[in-house]
Amino acid sequence: MRPALTAREAGLMSCHVCGQLARHACGAHLRCPRCHAPLHLRKPASISTTWALIVASAILFVPANLLPMMTTSSLLGTQRDTLMSGVVFLWHSGSWPLAAVVFFASVVVPLLKILALAWLTASVQRRSRRRLMQRARLYRLVEFVGRWSMLDIYVITLLVALVNFRGIATIEAGPAAIAFGAVVVLTMFAAMSFDPRLIWDPLAGPDDLARHD
Amino acid sequence: MSLTLPAQTLACHECDLLQTEPALAPGQTARCVRCGAFLARNPPDSLDRTLALTLTAAILYVIANAWPLVGLEMQGRRVEVTLIGAVQALWSEGMTPVAALVFGTALLFPLLELAMILVVLIPLRLGRVSPRMAPFFRLVRSVQPWGMVEVFLLGMLVSLVKLSHMATVLLGPAFWAMAALILTVTLAGRAFDTRLLWQAPPAGAGA
Repeated sequence: MRPALTAREAGLMSCHVCGQLARHACGAHLRCPRCHAPLHLRKPASISTTWALIVASAILFVPANLLPMMTTSSLLGTQRDTLMSGVVFLWHSGSWPLAAVVFFASVVVPLLKILALAWLTASVQRRSRRRLMQRARLYRLVEFVGRWSMLDIYVITLLVALVNFRGIATIEAGPAAIAFGAVVVLTMFAAMSFDPRLIWDPLAGPDDLARHD
Repeated sequence: MSLTLPAQTLACHECDLLQTEPALAPGQTARCVRCGAFLARNPPDSLDRTLALTLTAAILYVIANAWPLVGLEMQGRRVEVTLIGAVQALWSEGMTPVAALVFGTALLFPLLELAMILVVLIPLRLGRVSPRMAPFFRLVRSVQPWGMVEVFLLGMLVSLVKLSHMATVLLGPAFWAMAALILTVTLAGRAFDTRLLWQAPPAGAGA
C-alpha cells in the first residue's frame, strides 16, 4: 500500500534550484525548463561520493587533533597547543562557557557529523525503513551545525594577526590548522552530496528505478 | 504589495513527496506534510524589504572590511587588524590553504552573495524580468552555505577572551559593523520569497 506519491513515482523530477517539476526521460541529460539548471532524479552518485568524503575527513580528523594547532613564543618560552590543550587552557583561565563552545564546535561537531553521515549513508544503502523522521531531522541538524566548526580556524587567524609583538610575543599557526580546515570543508561537501530523498525512497517499495542518477 | 500566490503542485526537496502548496497568507510558512521540511514562505512586502535590507548589508560590508576589526595594546605598543590584514598575516606565514579558506568564507563568498542578490533583485524591482538572471540566482544558492561571517564573529570573541589576560583588547568600528551585518543578512534571508524569482511579476509591482 502506498500512502502517498513521490515525484519520482509520478515520473517527474524537481529542479534543485527553482523547484520546477519536469517529466523524467531515461538516459537524457535534461535541464530545467524554467531556470536551466541540470536536472537529476537524485543527486548523482550520492552514496559513493558521500562515503569517500566521510572516509577522507575521518582520516584527517586524526592529525587535526594530534598535531599542534598553534605555537606561542613569548619571553616565558615557546608553547605548542593542540586543539584539546587550547580548550583546557580556556577552561583553566576561567572562561568555561567559552571552553565549552570551542570544545563543542571543534571536537564534538566534526566527530558527530562524521558518525551521523556514516550512519545515514549506511542505513540508506541497506534501504532501511526505520526511524525515517529521526534520520530526516538528523540530516537537517548536520547541515545546520556543520559551519560552526570553522570557529577554531578563525580564532587561529585572529591570534596570529593580533599577537605580533616582535621580541615580546608572537603566535604562529601549526600544521593541525590545515588538517582541521580540510575536515570542515570535506564534511560540508559530504553533507551536500548526501541526498535526503534517499532516506524516504524505500517507502516506495521494491522498485526498478533504484539507480541514483 | 502583499500578494497571495496561487496554489500549485510541488515536490518536497528533502523527501520528494508530491503535494499541493497551500495558498499562503502574508507571513505564513509552508512545510512538507511528511517530513516537515521548509517548503515556502510568503513574507509581507518581500521584494522591497529584501532589497532595503540587502542594500544596508552592502554598506555594512564595506565598513566591516575597510576599518580595523579588533586591536591589542601591550606595553605601549598597539596592533590593529582588518579582515584582509588577518588573512595576509596567515598567508605570509606559509599557511596558504588556511588563509585561502578564511578569505573565501569570511570575505569573498559573503560579498558574492550580496552582489548576486542585488543583481537579481534590482531588475526584478524595476519590473524587468529576464531569464538571464537565473544563473546569478543559482550562484547565490551555491555560495550561500560557504559564507560564515557569524562564525567569524564568534571566533573573534573567543580570541579576544584568550588574549584579554595578557593585553588590553580594543574593539574597532568594523567589529560593530560586522555584528549589524549578520543581523541584516539574516533578516534579508527571512524576508526573501524565492518564488518571486520564478513567477511573472504581478501587475503594478514596480515598472
